[in-house]
Amino acid sequence: MEAPMAPSASNPKNKLSRPAALAIHLFFAMYSLLCIIPVLLIVMVSISDEATVVREGYQFFPSAFSVDAYAFLFEDARQIVRSYGISIFVTVTGTLLSLIIMALYAYPISRSDFPHAKPFTFFVFFTMLFGGGLVPWYLVYVQMLGLKDNIWSLILPLMISAFFVLIMRTFFITTIPTAVLESAKIDGAGELVIFARIVLPLSLPVLATVALFQTLTYWNDWFLSLVFITKDANITVQYLMYKTMLNIQFLANNSTAAAAIAAAGGTFKFPSETVRMAMVIVGIGPIIFAYPFFQKYFVKGLTVGAVKG
Amino acid sequence: MATLQILRKYWMFYVMMLPAIVILLVNNYIPMFGILIAFKNINYADGFLGSPWSGLRNFEYLFKTKDAWIITRNTLLYNAGFIALNLIVPLAFAIMLNEMRSRFMAKLHQTIMFLPYFLSMVVISYLAFAFMSDEHGFLNKTVLPMLGMEQIKWYFTKEVWPYVLPLVNTWKWVGYYTVIYMAAIIGIDEEYYEAATIDGASKWKQITSITIPLIMPVIVIMTLLQIGRIFNADFGLFFQVPRESGVLFPVTNVIDTYVYRTFLTVGDIGLSSAAGLLQSVVGFALVFLSNWVVRRINKDNALF
Repeated sequence: MEAPMAPSASNPKNKLSRPAALAIHLFFAMYSLLCIIPVLLIVMVSISDEATVVREGYQFFPSAFSVDAYAFLFEDARQIVRSYGISIFVTVTGTLLSLIIMALYAYPISRSDFPHAKPFTFFVFFTMLFGGGLVPWYLVYVQMLGLKDNIWSLILPLMISAFFVLIMRTFFITTIPTAVLESAKIDGAGELVIFARIVLPLSLPVLATVALFQTLTYWNDWFLSLVFITKDANITVQYLMYKTMLNIQFLANNSTAAAAIAAAGGTFKFPSETVRMAMVIVGIGPIIFAYPFFQKYFVKGLTVGAVKG
Repeated sequence: MATLQILRKYWMFYVMMLPAIVILLVNNYIPMFGILIAFKNINYADGFLGSPWSGLRNFEYLFKTKDAWIITRNTLLYNAGFIALNLIVPLAFAIMLNEMRSRFMAKLHQTIMFLPYFLSMVVISYLAFAFMSDEHGFLNKTVLPMLGMEQIKWYFTKEVWPYVLPLVNTWKWVGYYTVIYMAAIIGIDEEYYEAATIDGASKWKQITSITIPLIMPVIVIMTLLQIGRIFNADFGLFFQVPRESGVLFPVTNVIDTYVYRTFLTVGDIGLSSAAGLLQSVVGFALVFLSNWVVRRINKDNALF
């Protein structure tokens, strides 16, 4: 499917007047700038000279540049590398498992001959309507399962999205011909074989869509870390960014802490303002590079999902 | 068919569904029973089952605080605003982009507009900070002096946040909803517009009597999905972007951030679970109510 795009040119009589067309172009040019500029500001601050930033504030065109911030981050790269590892593991494992588990659930409830399809559809749909709230949910993970500070507490909660299960189910119903399934059954194929050999290969568009959205969800999640993770060993890139902001703020606003560090022989001389922004750039990296490529599949995915089923 | 027969015939289906069933039970259904915590005076020594019942006392406490009113008001007003903005702005964008004759330019704008959707709230909070930081922010250091205005202590000024938060929210979501509305608009048969042109209908007339009525189902579903969640605020937006500034709580505290704070920062299980339960129950009621309204107007547009 092509990305949705303007076909109104096919009707030449129905053109906008030149000034109107120009106004639209101008408007979108400005809005596009508005989307890029904040990211650009962060990039520029991260390569600015610290003293310049303190004097001039955050600028798009600082009077002096420096890569000190990146050098500082690089010096103690262990935590960053570790966090990248955690984020990648959580994202890859989470996406793969969630895709398999959701598809395995969506297929049976898509089969019209399965007498329990309806109650099991409701079983997953109901989770969209009602939830227990944060407190009991937290207690289940921490007290019942003992998953505090465990990497699985970053994976399990996002594994099943009722919305995606229902989208997969609709896709299975509408695109996989019952006749194909019937004939496979006559040939003696078991349900699992039918699912793996026939259903999955025919469903690549919806699987790719869900995988993409789940990848983004896992990569961007910081809430689960905030709630469940206290030890540095298991913190993701997103949470590391959040903590960097808090820690630098703490050190910058707290002269006793700074003095204590200095007394212990540590140095408190680091480019705090620029480091903050360099940290974001390090964290934002993969998304910024992947996004233009991702984007067109997201558009397709949204159009698949938006079709009512 | 008897249950046993079904089980024998479809046993493989149950095996396939088992992992998801277990996760849904743990992640969604057991916490639903956990709402009973709101009616208990929970203590860790006796555990969930052993702790004594407290009736409605947790709710009494909750409503005695002035927080109850503030968080309810903030959650509802902000979300109502977001729903309106997420409808009007993307719809206008989609209609305008659709008029753009250069396919390349339209696609380029669409791609760029989608960027904020890919950024996490942590990143967005940094972006906001780069503009609004008191000492170094671009607004205070460059924009306001240029306009000859006084600097603003953004993270200590309540009045600006009812504008900042909707701005950030719209900025993040406009690309997403624009794509959906554009897909719907492109699905409209060109012949409607051709006929309209022959009848001499203006662009505005075409928009109001062809485009919008024909994509109404998509508009309704998108809005319905958001109304159903009107009691659930975007935790990230309200937690990360105002950077936990206590001064701002009167205008940034919503049910989700309140529940989080009273539970994990303050440690008051009773109060936070009462607020959480209220959120769940009212949210549930609102989904049904909005769906019922839509069903009465047009059955095909309803969610269920």
